[in-house]
Amino acid sequence: MANADRPIYMDYQASTPCDPRVLEVMLPFFGARFGNPHSVHHHQGQQAEAAVEQARAQIAALIGAEAREIVFTSGATEANNLAIKGAARFLKARKPHVITCVTEHKCVLESARRLEGEGVRVTYLPVGGDGLIDLDHLAAVIDTETALVSLMAVNNEIGVIQPIAEIGALCREHGVLFHTDAAQAAGKIPLAVQAMNIDLMSLSGHKMYGPMGIGALYVRRRPRVRLEPLFDGGGQERGLRSGTVPAPLAVGLGAAAVIARDEMAAESARLTVLRDRLLARVRARVPDVHLNGDADRRIPGNLNLGFPGIEAEALIRALPDLAVSTGSACTSASVEPSYVLQALGLPGGLARSSLRLGLGRPTTQDEVDRAAEMIVAAVARQRAGVPAIAE
Amino acid sequence: MTRTTYLDYNASAPIRPQAAAAVGRALSMTGNASSVHGFGRRARACLEDAREVVAALVQAPPAAVIFTSGGTEANTLALRGLTRGRRVLVSAGEHPSVLNALEGCVHVSLTGDGVIDLARLEAALAADPQPALVSVMLANNETGVIQPIVAVVELARRFSALVHCDAVQAVGKIAVDMAALGVDCLSLSAHKIGGPQGVGALIAGETLAPAPILLGGGQERRRRAGTENLPGIAGFAAAAQAAGTGLDEAPRIAALRDDLERRARDVAPAAMILGADAPRLPNTSCIALPGWPAETQVMGLDLAGVAVSAGSACSSGKMAPSHVLRAMGADVAVVASAIRVSLGWASAAADVDHFIQAWGDVYARSTAARALHSPAA
Repeated sequence: MANADRPIYMDYQASTPCDPRVLEVMLPFFGARFGNPHSVHHHQGQQAEAAVEQARAQIAALIGAEAREIVFTSGATEANNLAIKGAARFLKARKPHVITCVTEHKCVLESARRLEGEGVRVTYLPVGGDGLIDLDHLAAVIDTETALVSLMAVNNEIGVIQPIAEIGALCREHGVLFHTDAAQAAGKIPLAVQAMNIDLMSLSGHKMYGPMGIGALYVRRRPRVRLEPLFDGGGQERGLRSGTVPAPLAVGLGAAAVIARDEMAAESARLTVLRDRLLARVRARVPDVHLNGDADRRIPGNLNLGFPGIEAEALIRALPDLAVSTGSACTSASVEPSYVLQALGLPGGLARSSLRLGLGRPTTQDEVDRAAEMIVAAVARQRAGVPAIAE
Repeated sequence: MTRTTYLDYNASAPIRPQAAAAVGRALSMTGNASSVHGFGRRARACLEDAREVVAALVQAPPAAVIFTSGGTEANTLALRGLTRGRRVLVSAGEHPSVLNALEGCVHVSLTGDGVIDLARLEAALAADPQPALVSVMLANNETGVIQPIVAVVELARRFSALVHCDAVQAVGKIAVDMAALGVDCLSLSAHKIGGPQGVGALIAGETLAPAPILLGGGQERRRRAGTENLPGIAGFAAAAQAAGTGLDEAPRIAALRDDLERRARDVAPAAMILGADAPRLPNTSCIALPGWPAETQVMGLDLAGVAVSAGSACSSGKMAPSHVLRAMGADVAVVASAIRVSLGWASAAADVDHFIQAWGDVYARSTAARALHSPAA
């Protein structure tokens, strides 16, 4: 519950807390219901296996897939590495070209760079000032050597939603595989792998109120998508991902998928109201605040706001009771401004003046109101205390 | 109600209460350990505390710990990340994640006792001047046989080879001191010592920089990207603390295992204990009774509420003949009849009683059935 003494967490794109209902479903698997899901010749193993298979079906249902198309991984980073390097390496001999985008998550960009070192040609699409790719540009760079297009469904810093269905249709038309990093999208916007022509999709447990340490990769079966695995060994997960599937975590991800599916519409509406309220309250007192990324094509749980003339790092230091960030957690120790914001071509150093605010399932109206107060006050203090260089 | 007895610890050990509590506590925390705000810093502190405990388990410095999603990933990271043009020599009894990590690696056979054949390892090292990476496990998952790692390292050093050691089955059961072993890197898995599934570590000396498999954020000193699985890691540390060097639990578990083997031989005097002549883990018993299919035993035991396995869990779905026993040169009939019984922290005398009673029943039934169908009867 909201507690005025506690810092407010508004960094739900970095990590979402595990939903207490997910916890409740998972915990028995750490105790009485434990087993190795691959030990199928005894009761404990079968029990764990049945739970893992149920979870697989629950995750599949969230994205309109079949259960056997879900491969468990240790998280979205692994899923993205497996999808991109796995598909590109498998097809490299005939189709040595991959298309992605400059605002993708680091693990996508790093995987693409590794492929470049292996002789794969990579095209990095730019984005417009709204954070979205240009479909005509994508169509223009697809060629006969293109194996894979990897474009994220929702950006982790600015929350914009890429035109996934249109991208999928374009890829299908050209016979190119389409992978989408849906870590920030799953459970937040409707996803349908069939209707959207998605061949590979990455999910993350701890971005959708499930546990850390688990994720999934959707791998289309018809027509079948072939991948070169990252790990070899026991041959689990149809040979695509060796290693014991952690049954409790898989169960947790399944439970998180069920809740996300059931509550997505209502939660979306609730968060939209809260987000609009937060923005309106900040804007009322800081009229020059800049919303980074498209204003409409975005998830409700994210705002990325630029405060002209203010150093974001200083602003964060002035907000000790509000947990927000300047960008991706993976790079948050870095002093460089976010490469995502830089890609938007923001005016006048705004990339250095922006905060990422994440709203989530536990966020209350009271938190939103207090956060707005804190931000407004901190901005005013900064502007009063710092000589007005910009004016 | 039928009593259930779990004797498949080498596949996965039941989580220790201390580890379950630590996982539960961490699951109730909010935050990404890479975030710089208070929530992130608290997560980071929890992560670094755990790193110290896991490092202490093998007497290594905390900075050497690279957390992974488990033993398979740790083994793959070591082998693929460190080859860099080196030849790879592995014992033929290794876990599939080592055997299959790289194409073209040389498999060095085991002796009949289940120990790596050092003469053959030396010959393989001497056969080619190209530097090598040697990977030998500390203890075998199917037989429990402890490998002569110090001797392996001595040999490897003479040929300037790097040594990786899969210590997944050994740690927590016997004392593991990385420096005393002299190996360059070591793989660990939490769920084999009573920690949660989904977490493990590669312990790699600070000067050793395995090329990462998972690319992305700069986590784990850029050797393993991905948000750290904090609840898993916290549970791993709690299990490590509880298991320690295994020396507290070892005498009790060894006594149970020895009692089990003695009584198994009383039931079936022809029963063989594979690897019994070599140093073994205190908890593992690989029992073969030629002519009696392992599958019959495992299924009969399961019906009686006793969980054991034939071979390792990842391949037991297929019930393929054990590559470990074949590498020891065991007879086909021996391999086909071998079951693995593995005990652990929660095992008690009643579990051994239950196993012996159930195994004896299954044995008596199948012996009777055989007698009935045999033309000699």
